[in-house]
Order: sequence, then C-alpha cells, then structure tokens
Amino acid sequence: MFADYSLSELGSIFVMQGFAGLILFSVFVLMALGLAIIFGQMGVINMAHGEFMILGAYVTYFTSQFFQNVLPSLFPIYFFVAMGLAFLASGGLGIAVEWALIRHLYRRPLDTLLATWGLSLILQQVYRSVFGPREVGVELPSWMMGSLPLTDVIEVQINGLFVMSLTFVITLVVGLMMFRSRWGQQVRAVVQNRVMAGAVGINTHKVDRLTFGIGCGIAGVAGSAFTMIGSTGPTAGQLYIVDTFLVVVFGGAQSLVGTIFSAFTISQAQSTMEFFLSGSTAKVLTLLAVVGILMLRPQGLLVLKIRR
Amino acid sequence: MHTIARDAAAPDFLLSVEGLTVSFDGFKAVNDLSFYVDKNEIRVIIGPNGAGKTTVLDLICGRTKATAGSIRFRDIELTRLSENRIVEAGVGRKFQTPSIYEDLTVFENLEISFPRGRSVFGALAFRRDAAVSERIEEIAEMIFLKDHLAERAAFLSHGQKQWLEIGMLLIQDPELLMLDEPVAGMSVAERRKTAELLHKIIVGRSVIVIEHDMKFVEDIAHRVTVLHQGKVLSEGSMERVKNDPKVVEVYLGH
Amino acid sequence: MERIGFLKTSEAVGIAILAALILIVLPLGLDIFRLNLAGKYLTYAFVAIGLVLCWGHGGILSLGQGMFFGLGGYAMAMFLKLEASSPEATKIQSTPGIPDFMDWNQLTELPWFWQPFHSLTLSLVAVVLVPTAFAFLIGTAMFKRRVGGVYFAIITQAIAAILTILIVGQQGYTGGINGITDLRTLKGWDIRTDEAKYVLYFVNAGLLLAAVAAAYFVRQSKLGRILVAMRDKEDRVRFSGYNVANFKTFVFCLAAALSAIGGAMFTLQVGFMSPSFVGIVPSIEMVIYTAVGGRLSILGAVYGTLLVNWAKTSFSESFPELWLLGLGGLFIAVVLAFPNGLAGIYADTIAPRLSRLLRRARPALGGTVPAGAPAE
Repeated sequence: MFADYSLSELGSIFVMQGFAGLILFSVFVLMALGLAIIFGQMGVINMAHGEFMILGAYVTYFTSQFFQNVLPSLFPIYFFVAMGLAFLASGGLGIAVEWALIRHLYRRPLDTLLATWGLSLILQQVYRSVFGPREVGVELPSWMMGSLPLTDVIEVQINGLFVMSLTFVITLVVGLMMFRSRWGQQVRAVVQNRVMAGAVGINTHKVDRLTFGIGCGIAGVAGSAFTMIGSTGPTAGQLYIVDTFLVVVFGGAQSLVGTIFSAFTISQAQSTMEFFLSGSTAKVLTLLAVVGILMLRPQGLLVLKIRR
Repeated sequence: MHTIARDAAAPDFLLSVEGLTVSFDGFKAVNDLSFYVDKNEIRVIIGPNGAGKTTVLDLICGRTKATAGSIRFRDIELTRLSENRIVEAGVGRKFQTPSIYEDLTVFENLEISFPRGRSVFGALAFRRDAAVSERIEEIAEMIFLKDHLAERAAFLSHGQKQWLEIGMLLIQDPELLMLDEPVAGMSVAERRKTAELLHKIIVGRSVIVIEHDMKFVEDIAHRVTVLHQGKVLSEGSMERVKNDPKVVEVYLGH
Repeated sequence: MERIGFLKTSEAVGIAILAALILIVLPLGLDIFRLNLAGKYLTYAFVAIGLVLCWGHGGILSLGQGMFFGLGGYAMAMFLKLEASSPEATKIQSTPGIPDFMDWNQLTELPWFWQPFHSLTLSLVAVVLVPTAFAFLIGTAMFKRRVGGVYFAIITQAIAAILTILIVGQQGYTGGINGITDLRTLKGWDIRTDEAKYVLYFVNAGLLLAAVAAAYFVRQSKLGRILVAMRDKEDRVRFSGYNVANFKTFVFCLAAALSAIGGAMFTLQVGFMSPSFVGIVPSIEMVIYTAVGGRLSILGAVYGTLLVNWAKTSFSESFPELWLLGLGGLFIAVVLAFPNGLAGIYADTIAPRLSRLLRRARPALGGTVPAGAPAE
C-alpha cells in the first residue's frame, strides 16, 4: 500500500494523519479519563458515558447559540464558558445518576453495565425528544478557524491544536487531583480498602458520588471538544463507547498513564491506516489488533504485577 | 537453608521444595526457600504476617507461578503443572476463608468434589450412583454435617463451612493436604472438634498447616517451620523452635 | 421429587404448558402474519436460553450473542441466496449465476468461501459449526488466560462491533448494510407462502422445545452444578481438579450453537438476514430478554423474549418514541428491582398462591402440586 508514494510524501502523510489522529486522541483521552476513573476506581461500568459526553456537546452548542444571539461581542471566548457549563451539566447529571442508580449496584459490575445501558437508551430518547433528532454543529469563533502551515505540504488546524492543549491541561489537572488533592487521596484509599477507609472516617458514599460526578463532568468537557470534530446528535455518543472502553481496558484499568498511552496508540493506528485503507477496514484492523493483544495480555498494557 | 540434616535427594520425602523464589515486581515474597515434608508428617508453618506462608501454599498448589526453584511431589515437578493437574496428582488445598459453593447444598458441594467425571463430557455423563452417595455420607459423618446434607451451604455457620471445605478435600483422598488457618474464627468448642477431626484425617497422608494458634500447633505438629521474610528462619520440633532465639526475637517475643 | 426422565415433574409440566402455548394456543389464536411474527420472536428465545446457561448459571456475560445468531442466519441465507441466484433467474446481470449484490459490486465470480453453500447439507453443518468454532476460538483464547467478568463482556462486545463493521464494509461479499435479501426457495420449496410459514413456524417451535429440553439436561447434570459452583467460587472448582477454562468454553460454545440455530430459523421465517442482528445493540437486547424472563430460568427466558418483543412491536406501532424509554426503564428495573425477572416474580407471588389454591381444591391428594414453576 505504500508503493504509490514517494518517501517524502509518505512522511507528510504520516505527519498529517498523525495530527488528525491527535484530535481523535484528545476525544479518546477525555472520554477514557472519565471512564477509567469511574471503572478503575469504583468498578462501575458506565455504558452511558457517551451520552454524558453528548450532553456536554449539546451544552456547548446552546452556549454558542446564546452568545451568537445575545452577546455577540463575547463570542470569541464562548468556548471557555461552554466547557465550564458542560462540565457542570454532565457532572451534575452524573451525581444525580449516582444517587438514583449506581449506589445500589456497587460490587455488581455486570449489573451496572446493563443498568447504565438502559440509562443510555433513556438519555438518547430524551435528547431526541427535547433537542430534536437533527444533528447540530457549532460555529467556531474566527480565531479558531484556519490552519497553520508547517511546511508547504503540511498544515495543521488551529482548532485541533486548541483541543489538544485543552486535553493536555485537563489531563494534568486530573492527574494533580488524583495524586495531590484530598479527594484523590480519599479515592485511592477507598479503592484500596473500602471498609478501612470508612472506618478511619472517610465518607465513602460522598467520595463515590463525587468520583462519579467528576468522571461524568470530564465526559462533558470531552463533549465540548467533540463538537469541533463531529456533529452532535442524540446517538452520536454511542458510537464512541466501545472504542473508549477498549482504550480503558487496553491501557490497564487502574492506570491513568496507561489510558493515555493506549488512547494514543489506538487513535494513531486508526488514523494512519485510514489514509491507506477504507475507514471500516482501518477500524476493523485496529480493533482486531487491540482485542488480539488483550487476549495475550488481559491485564492491559501497563499494569503492575501485584500480589494476590 | 533448611536445618534438617538430611540428604535432599533422599527418596522418602513426599514433598521437596528447593530454591523456591517468587517475586512480585521486585519484591521477593518467597526467597530461595527450601524445605522437605515426609510421608505421613504433619508440618505446621508459622511466621509473622507477610512472611510468605500463604504464598508458599499458593505456589505448591499452582495458584501462583514460581519465578525460580522447584517443587517436587513424589516424582512429579509441580511448578510446570496446571492447578487441576496438581489436584489430580494428589494435592488438596483449603483456603483461609471458607471457600464453598453457597448456592448449592452440602451434598452437592461434596458431590462436585468427588473425584470422578472431571472432564466436560464426564461431568455431563456423571450419574449419582450408590458409591457416590455412600462416600458422601461417610465424609459428611466425619465432618459433623450428616444432618445438614440437604441444606444450602450458605446457611451453615462459619465453623461448619470450614469443615465442609475440609470434607470437600477429604473426598478426594489427597496424599498431601494443605490447610490455611483451619481454626481461624472458630469458637472454642468448634476448635476442639476441629482438632479431633484433624487427628482423624491425618492418618495415611501428609499435612501442611498454617496456623497462628500456638496451643493448637503444639497439639498437632510433628515439626514446625518458621518463615520470616520469605525464608526459613528455623525448623524442627515445637520445643526446639520455641527456644530458638531468632524465633523468639521476630515472632514469639511480640 | 419425582422425575420424568431427567426432568423433575414440575419442570416437565412447565415444558408441557409452554409446548401447549406455542404449538396449539398461538397457532389457533393468531393469523399467519402475527404467527410469523411470534415465530420470529421465538428464534431470539434460542439466544436467551443459551444466555441462561452461560450468564445466569455460569456467570459469563457475553454481549456478543448477536454474532452467533447472525453467523447462523448468514450461513442459512447464503444457501438460500445461491439457490435464488441461478443463472436463469439472474440472466440480466453482467455475471449471471452469482448473487445480485456481488454483481452490483463488480464481482465476476463467486468467492471461494461461498462455494460450500451450494450444498444444503454443508450449509446446515455450517449453520452450527461456524458459530460454534468461532465461539470456541474466542472462549479458548479468553478463558485460558482467565479473562472474565466485565472484561469478557466488553471484549465480546468489541468483537461483535468488529464483525458488524466487517460485514457492512465488505459489501461485495456479504451484501453490506442491507444484508442478504430476496430469499425465495429452499430446494425448490417456496418459503414465502402462508403454508410454508406455518410449516416453518412448527419446525422452529419443535426445535425450540428440543433446545429447552437440552438446556434442562445440561442444567440437571453435574456440569450444571459445576457452572453454578464456578460462578460462586471459581478457585475452589479449579482446586477440586477441574479445568475451569474447558467448562466455560463448553457453555459458551453451547450458547453460541443454540443462538446459531435461532439465527438460521430467523432467516427461513423472515426471509432475510442483515448486520442489524449481529452488532452491539441486538446483542445487548437479547441479554435483556433473558433478564426479563429471569436469568436463572430456562422457561422464563422464552416467556421474557416473547413478552419484550410483543411489547416492542405494540409500542413501536403506536408510540415509537416511548419504546426506547420503556426498554431503557426495563434494563434498570430488572437490575434494581427484579434481579430474577418474571420467574422470580412468579416464584415469589404466583406459585405460593397457586399451590394453596390447588391444595384446597384437591385436599384428598395432599400437598403434591405440579406447579409449572419456571423458577429454579
């Protein structure tokens, strides 16, 4: 498949596709971070995660509409407001869902999987009824449009760069929260020994609720980023859920670094292959490779060997 | 490492553990460990928490794979066998917390352990004939559960669950029986009954027991191995071990 | 407890009631259109029965049963399609004698893997063998490496997604998103007539009853109890001398084979097979049929399948937008409130009343009550 291209063309193709892959990577990372926190730390499989993401996307869309119509002068910075609102909306919904549903299902991971799948169906229908079945897209402020030429054949889009820097910042914040904040410390304590954590005075219910809320909130931010690469519709989230779960499992559910690494590998593989093969073949090959590797290394890529 | 002055290659050992090492991410839970168990011997392993006692049992029964070293049972090398082959070779293992099938009856618990029809199609074709029922009743009598055969195992008391698991091993008639804290969490009366049970079942087989209860250990042990940080600290009769200054320092002294 | 063959009396009565329902009541009460629809629902019940053994008893949740249903259905459809694509029937194509969708995709000869499907015998063998072999492959790879629980669920889901993408993408070989359509005859016998639909309904019902009996046989054997034991304490089973991976692979393959038979009967009764029965969404919907019926109940799985599909059809006819809400609510309800589904509700509320009623009605006969309990 490489025979038709010269070496320098190949190089450019890899760079451009690599860059396109980086935007996919950003959405993967943001989605997967939320999932990995919820799954790795709480053992809950959230199949409705895509719908939390899409809620963020809708919030972003409506914020853009609002700024366009009411505060056009502030339109260039609407995106930052939208991200904050998306985080709050998805996080708030997450906390409500934890209270109504998830807290009854700890220690029953397969059941959380089925229940949250049911939730995702309900959310999809609610979006369809409330926001309409039509797919919507946001308009970007002018400073985010266009692209930067790197060489005469390679150019990169500004919104892509923006999404990536955003992802970087959010990942950093999550990492810091996990390992530096009181919440992170409590989460890790609860993971290691729920009973003991409760006994030393950690309110495990509160920690769980907050964790679920933060995980869903990050999905909302992922939804904001998602509006730049895809259009928002009631079922758009479902398309990403399996891929994202593979990212989480592939990276080793307990490891945030593993999650990032595996999101990078999968998105790059898919994006690079997409240029040479049809989109579906690229996806099949990527997923097959991931499943194949998981069969050889079921514990994921980066998981420490621990004493049972 | 081992303190028994005997030739390692002597053929009358039932179990020879030599140079056994396992490391978890650089941490050596068991470190170059060697010990030997005779036929019909009751060996008790003691040691402080984290000494690697349970890991040693895990290694012998194949639950954990050794990083280095060998475990010979009769003339079979166990380190390369899968768990079910090790069981077939004649090694039985009881877990620390009672590990029984709560959704099945006591009878069914014992029946599953009955050593016949262990392949997929063997299990499909398995029939509950007179020999099976007789053997199950015989074992149930021994483990004080004869009147509970039709009961769901979930409804047994903690001590009864421990006995049931011992019974599930006995029905397989293993040559080497490994018990991880068999009297932990038992009442005094249950403890006495368990000691009685153990005395009955050790006839004609070797037993490795992990136990913290010193009174119980003194009661049953032929020989005691003290583990500390994955190595043998001391070995011999209870009397000898008790007076070993090294042991006193790390374990009994506390 | 008295036994009829390998069945408890109550189980035999339960099967007899089901047989009466699907062999007598439904055919007499429904017109052929509705009966054909019921026949279609019953093909999903094969999958649900497999899931009762695999998930309910063995604790192995597969979210990819649609794959096996689809593979079985495709194997059947490939045979029927070849029969419908005789050179005479397809002489207007640029390459006569190959299926129409291949011609549209500029294929000029039949791909090698389509060749065996000229033979009905080989096709019927493939209906069962291909999905079972596929399940064996997945099962061996995963269970030998002790992949279980949610990891297994997610990976089967991913494989179902891969298979769907593959089928949709390889249009020329598979018929793509539309699937394999326009199936007409089976060895010259027109399967589209009302008469054929009646015959196929009864064949399907007979096979389903056989599947129910087979499931009961497996469950009452020691293997059935080992499945439950594995779900409770996998390590104890392993240290009782069993090769746990083999048992898991077996029950997974059995569930796959049952699903495949359902898929083949689906193709015959509905007249086409498409990727929309293979992927993630149908697979997880089949899990909900099982959960609604009661994940531990073989008969419950059949009733659950009928009920959910009946509800789906009636809802989507009158209030399509409500159906997803209802289905979603169902998922949540069976997990939160009714973990044992209909069978659990039956065992808790109806069965005791029924037995009291019967005892009062027949005081002379004492307390022996042939309650057709679908529950455990």
